[in-house]
Amino acid sequence: MNVLLSLVTVLLLVALAFLGGRVADLRTLFGVVIPYAAIATFLVGVAYRVIRWALSPVPFRIPTTCGQQKSLPWIKAGWLEAPSSKLGVFFRMALEVLLFRSLFRNTKAELRGGPRLVYGENKWLWLGALAFHWSFLIIFLRHLRFFMEPVPAFVNILGAVDGFLQIGAPGLYLTDVFVIAALCYLLYRRLQNAQVRYFSLFTDYFALFLLLGLTISGVLMRYFTRIDTVSVKQLALGLVTFSPVVPANVGALFFVHIFLLSVLLAYFPFSKLMHMGGVFLSPTRNMANNNRSKRHVNPWSYPVKVHTYEEWEEEFHDKMKAAGLPLEKE
Amino acid sequence: MADETPRPEEVARIDYTPPGKKWMDPSVEFRKGTFCYSAAAKNLKYLDMPNPRDWQPFDKDWKLPPDWKNIILNGMKERLDKYRSFRLFMDICVRCGACADKCHFYIGSGDPKNMPVLRAELLRSIYRRYFTPAGKAFGKLAGGRELTEDVIKEWFYYFYQCTECRRCSVFCPYGIDQAEITMIGRELLNLIGCNINWVIEPDANCFRTGNHLGIQPHGFADSIEFAVDELEDMTGIRVEAPIMKKGAEILFVMPSADYFASPHYYTLLGYLMLFHEIGLDYTLSAFAGEGGNFGLFTSHEMMKRLNAKIYQEAKRLKVKWILGGECGHMWRVAHQYMDTLNGPADFLEVPKSPITGTRFDNARSTKMTHICEFTSDLIHNGKLKLDKSRNDHWNVTHHDPCNVARGMGLLEEPRYVINSVCNHFHEMPENTIREQTFCCGSGAGLGTDENLEMRMRGGLPRGNAVKYVKDKHGVNLLTTICAIDKATLPAVVDYWVGGVEVGGIHELVGNALVMKGEKERTTDLRGEPLKGKEEPADA
Repeated sequence: MNVLLSLVTVLLLVALAFLGGRVADLRTLFGVVIPYAAIATFLVGVAYRVIRWALSPVPFRIPTTCGQQKSLPWIKAGWLEAPSSKLGVFFRMALEVLLFRSLFRNTKAELRGGPRLVYGENKWLWLGALAFHWSFLIIFLRHLRFFMEPVPAFVNILGAVDGFLQIGAPGLYLTDVFVIAALCYLLYRRLQNAQVRYFSLFTDYFALFLLLGLTISGVLMRYFTRIDTVSVKQLALGLVTFSPVVPANVGALFFVHIFLLSVLLAYFPFSKLMHMGGVFLSPTRNMANNNRSKRHVNPWSYPVKVHTYEEWEEEFHDKMKAAGLPLEKE
Repeated sequence: MADETPRPEEVARIDYTPPGKKWMDPSVEFRKGTFCYSAAAKNLKYLDMPNPRDWQPFDKDWKLPPDWKNIILNGMKERLDKYRSFRLFMDICVRCGACADKCHFYIGSGDPKNMPVLRAELLRSIYRRYFTPAGKAFGKLAGGRELTEDVIKEWFYYFYQCTECRRCSVFCPYGIDQAEITMIGRELLNLIGCNINWVIEPDANCFRTGNHLGIQPHGFADSIEFAVDELEDMTGIRVEAPIMKKGAEILFVMPSADYFASPHYYTLLGYLMLFHEIGLDYTLSAFAGEGGNFGLFTSHEMMKRLNAKIYQEAKRLKVKWILGGECGHMWRVAHQYMDTLNGPADFLEVPKSPITGTRFDNARSTKMTHICEFTSDLIHNGKLKLDKSRNDHWNVTHHDPCNVARGMGLLEEPRYVINSVCNHFHEMPENTIREQTFCCGSGAGLGTDENLEMRMRGGLPRGNAVKYVKDKHGVNLLTTICAIDKATLPAVVDYWVGGVEVGGIHELVGNALVMKGEKERTTDLRGEPLKGKEEPADA
């Protein structure tokens, strides 16, 4: 149900933009107004969410230790998996953010007859996630050539490396293949794995379909309908220089692409996609395991009702005396 | 073991196919053997906790306070503002499901709501509905659910089917920690008086007497005295075990089970022998007679209330530093919470071994050192005379307690000690030890008899790993440095394996420790004959 509903929603969005792009009067709406509104929503929304997280304090230092603590000098400490220093935390976070370290640990538990539990390797999710995120990032950076004049060298280099196979004209970008393959795998996994399907929500499918729509429309424009990139650049530069112009000959597919991107940007701060910012703030990962050597202060700590020694001794005084235990008050 | 508990063969037939019922349907069947009984009113009253009353989870009417819904929602709001972990973990899960088959309760039950991702969604769905714009506007479509009494019952069932072991958080790409969510979930349930007796009674006992079991100070003294007598019989040496001795150098804090339960007791014997042999100037205390802290399973506030005794007592007795015994969640509290809750411990000194001179700089703020750190330092410096052969009747494997592994990172010290005191040590498979260790299935206050089926289900992965090393290496002893493990793993290994005992590391230290002036030992601390010292068989 969630699958169909999210697919239909995305298809409706596609249709809307496709039709809108054909109506001259609506081109300004789809090419300028909606993108601006989406970017504004994205920036304000993401900032709001991150500030909101940051405003909630971290009362306790609760790293999840995945390795040996730093204790005695002759015991090798897991400086990366249970970091005791800021540098260690930095590298732990870098591994997490750039290479998805924790997901790399993934295993699959299987119950066989006996009963016998077997834990198998299960790196596909890690690979799919890594392929998607890195491809998407590279594609995003490659797009800077539309928004910047002159095009920075690194963007050109990125494009050259990405297209090093030099297949076809315009040359095939590997990341275009990877991103769609990875999204298809992630969607396939969500549908094929009965457990994952069971807890998947509308938003889980919606995000995937939206990203698929976005990337497929881009691929179609580049390799099949052959869009006029000069016009696109004119529009993109217009947007970033706050002097927007809508060229006449960019084609309806372009409006699908930019509209789905706008939806993605506007949807981002309201959705689970915020994990992009959240991963940096996760207290189980971004704190050092130096708990006993450096005191952590809870900003909202308050006094609680405790049972004092005096009250305790008073209650058990006679029994303690009979047992010959030392007392404060004889 | 209760008769109604299904046999292992039946329990092991686990169907992982999700049910036809949608997960958003909160209805729960309180099936005998899979839940814990409610907290007795007297215990809640003693602790000034809300809504004390007579009720049970299988009752239709839970007698919630009239404005329970507001209490829960306000409680959520308060905690969203107080805990970044809570707010963040409500927001960023992408439901990738990497955590799903990492939970021992899911592996052992196949119940999809035991997948950490879905257990968290039980709370997240309410968060979305009442605290996020998308959830407010789109309700169910945005993953939101109405807060109803059935949701409370569902929370109760599943938040008391999580042992806060943190295994899921090792595998989560964002480090989302179900323990944190369960802790907050239980705090919310506490606000309307939905808690279990196996947690609240130990809290009340500990608050009053200084230990979970409710043993009064003279009982504590008796029990220590008994251990000293037994040791004299075994070794011919009368050790000293000072209680609340002012001016001692070290306050030794252990989980109360060590002096009142078996097989913990043998670990206590091991500590006493060790401290005598090295001439340690230490004291025990009946007031700080509990290192364990069921407050961790109740609320952050309760954790603080119970933990306060330790620094208070250290100050009163004017000791220099604190040494802590073998316990799992006690060490999560001592390592990650104590200093923040009840510190700074500026009246103490940085722990320094009076025997080796080693300064435990890793504990320079909290001033509390783990007995395995302490003992491995002694062994490393050659301060102990050890006869490993006295443990030759044991084929040992080691279970890392969840909290010590994932909330502290104490992994090598216990292994170093084990390898120094026994000849036969075999690790369980790598997916079941160290940071990937599996919970005993009875932690976080769930180790009660009425919950036995669920405990055995949760214990399946651990039991299975023990069976593997038993079959492969003939392992007959599972060591652990956790009091809850020692109390509950015997049932787990009996149920899933058979023929394996459970014990502590300092029990093995006690066996191997050659004491000055001891008589020839023919038995281990359990009174079992040592290898080569067996009585001749009937001729």
